[in-house]
Amino acid sequence: MALNRISSDGHPLMFVQGNEACVQGALHAGCRFFAGYPITPSTEIAEGMARELPKLGGTFIQMEDEIASIAAIIGASAAGARSMTATSGPGISLMLENIGFAYMIQMPIVVVNVQRGGPSTGLPTKLSQSDTMQARWGTHGDFTSIALAASTVQEVYDMTIRAFEVAEHFSTPVFLLLDELIGHMREKVVLNKHDNQAVVKHAFPEIPPEWYLPYTESLDLVSHPAPFGKGYRYNMTGLVHDRAGFPTSIPAEITERLETLRNKILKHKREIWQLREYYTEDAKYVIIAYGSAARAARGAVESLRLKKTKAGLIDLKSIWPFPDEPIKEILDRCNIKSVIVAENNMGQLIHPVREMLGGSVKIASVNRYDGHPLEPQEIINVVKEEIYA
Amino acid sequence: MLELSDVHRYLRWKKRFPTVWCPGCGIGSIMGAIIRAVMDLNISKDDVALVSGIGCSSRMPVYVDFNTLHTTHGRAIPFATGIKLVRPDMKVIVVSGDGDALAIGGNHFIHAARRNIGITMILINNSIYGMTGGQVAPTTPLGAFAHTMPYGNIDPDFNPVELAMAAGATFVARSTVYSIVQTTNYIKKALQHQGFSLVEIISQCPVLFGRLNKMPDPKQLLKWQKDNSIPLAKAKNMSPEELEGKIITGIFREEDKMEYTQRYAELVKRVQSELED
Repeated sequence: MALNRISSDGHPLMFVQGNEACVQGALHAGCRFFAGYPITPSTEIAEGMARELPKLGGTFIQMEDEIASIAAIIGASAAGARSMTATSGPGISLMLENIGFAYMIQMPIVVVNVQRGGPSTGLPTKLSQSDTMQARWGTHGDFTSIALAASTVQEVYDMTIRAFEVAEHFSTPVFLLLDELIGHMREKVVLNKHDNQAVVKHAFPEIPPEWYLPYTESLDLVSHPAPFGKGYRYNMTGLVHDRAGFPTSIPAEITERLETLRNKILKHKREIWQLREYYTEDAKYVIIAYGSAARAARGAVESLRLKKTKAGLIDLKSIWPFPDEPIKEILDRCNIKSVIVAENNMGQLIHPVREMLGGSVKIASVNRYDGHPLEPQEIINVVKEEIYA
Repeated sequence: MLELSDVHRYLRWKKRFPTVWCPGCGIGSIMGAIIRAVMDLNISKDDVALVSGIGCSSRMPVYVDFNTLHTTHGRAIPFATGIKLVRPDMKVIVVSGDGDALAIGGNHFIHAARRNIGITMILINNSIYGMTGGQVAPTTPLGAFAHTMPYGNIDPDFNPVELAMAAGATFVARSTVYSIVQTTNYIKKALQHQGFSLVEIISQCPVLFGRLNKMPDPKQLLKWQKDNSIPLAKAKNMSPEELEGKIITGIFREEDKMEYTQRYAELVKRVQSELED
């Protein structure tokens, strides 16, 4: 796969694609089940899992389609295995019904979306960030989703591990939003930065099976249904259900279920939020971006700073729930004139930014949707327009 | 004091009853047959995962005291595949209706049969969509009436037994609700079989299929099952014309071939031993 070296402090080094780093991160996080279906530009993840999982006694299966793939990883997770799938936009579109099922039964899974251009078959080999909103609102019904992101290959490794931690902690599906550029780009990765206990499997129920209710929330509102086949026989269903897991049509129980699915995430959103700041301390012009767009934005900020323009960048590592509070804290701290949202789409992330700022700060946007990455100069041009506006 | 039967010990009878099934429906009899098969084989309830999709028969997980998973329409088999791959030691049963298994879930059905994964599939065929109120199914006979075929069905029907055999299933049987003892025996054999097993059970839906097709009394539908069933051995000597509209019952295939999770375990062993060398 790659030339392996050892870093000065003893960690293995690799020079790999983002997709390969995702495989390494997943294996390190304890992922032992992968079901998938080939699709560009995510296929290297499935190929890597097919190669590596048998060595660790884990299971890889190529299913007949994406619908079957997501179903198989949810089933595997119900049987107690840490599970993942990887795909791109068309595959996510097929998976969404069952992702909603996993929200409903509260089953931890990791879904990697190596984004390409859409709609439909779109641009299979070219990058895009046009599934940003799909990761928030994709499946039907009221729900709250979690999506993480990465803008370097090292971060793909780190955020894949993080995705498993978050999925396990909240017992829910977690999206990892990559894109074609991040997935296929090669960079140095330092492995095993985290200790092997990074992802902790939730404790097995302590109460006897006859008293067991799979959806009795602890104080943190999160339920962790026991793995199948361990003596805790219960029911899981995509129907709105009571604490025992049986369908209900009692209004109070319906309200409790739906609010729990939302609040278990929103109550703890600070634990999910993650972002990286560059030159924001005294920034007048702050760019908000993630993934490959954030790479271009970083180049733009460095060039602007050389010319003494006070530009800064907030590179989001968690997209959903939207990290509005930490962004506002940063903007309140600096001497903000304009916020610039840079995206490889026609404008999706800009919506929560607008909602967050509510007209208090001027917002500009840079969008590119021709399959090519944003150039730093395109962002610089928009910042300059803001300066002279 | 209520005298409990052995079957009660496998039911969530305290809370979950009565069932959603209409009076005269065949699904309850089939649930009894599944329970008796598990009971006769002395399989621990903890070791059974019962997975279903959407439809009348897919409501069974609520009532039986196993590890139960009620999933999305047509997708029970891939969910069950994930469970079986992680826990090859468990008995994984999929309960599915004809629409669930053959229309929306047809692709998963043939691929599970192709892999020969050790899942027992109970296909409850009542020739119609019951839960949504009587629409045409891939098993509705030509000419029969359904709410989406108000002028008579023009879509030819699937033969699930032939479909499963063509796709590679290694245990394939068909029975009826009328012959419930035979049905129980076939389920027992299917549960003992290594590999993908299909038991198609012809069931009755008096409220929808029956009412729309001049057989509203469950007794009429059961008599129809009885009068039209032909054992496989007898059917072999009959012409296609004579078999028109008949239900051929029996075990169509029982074959010893390596099961998928065993095949995967061998792959893991081979890869790991090559690593050691």
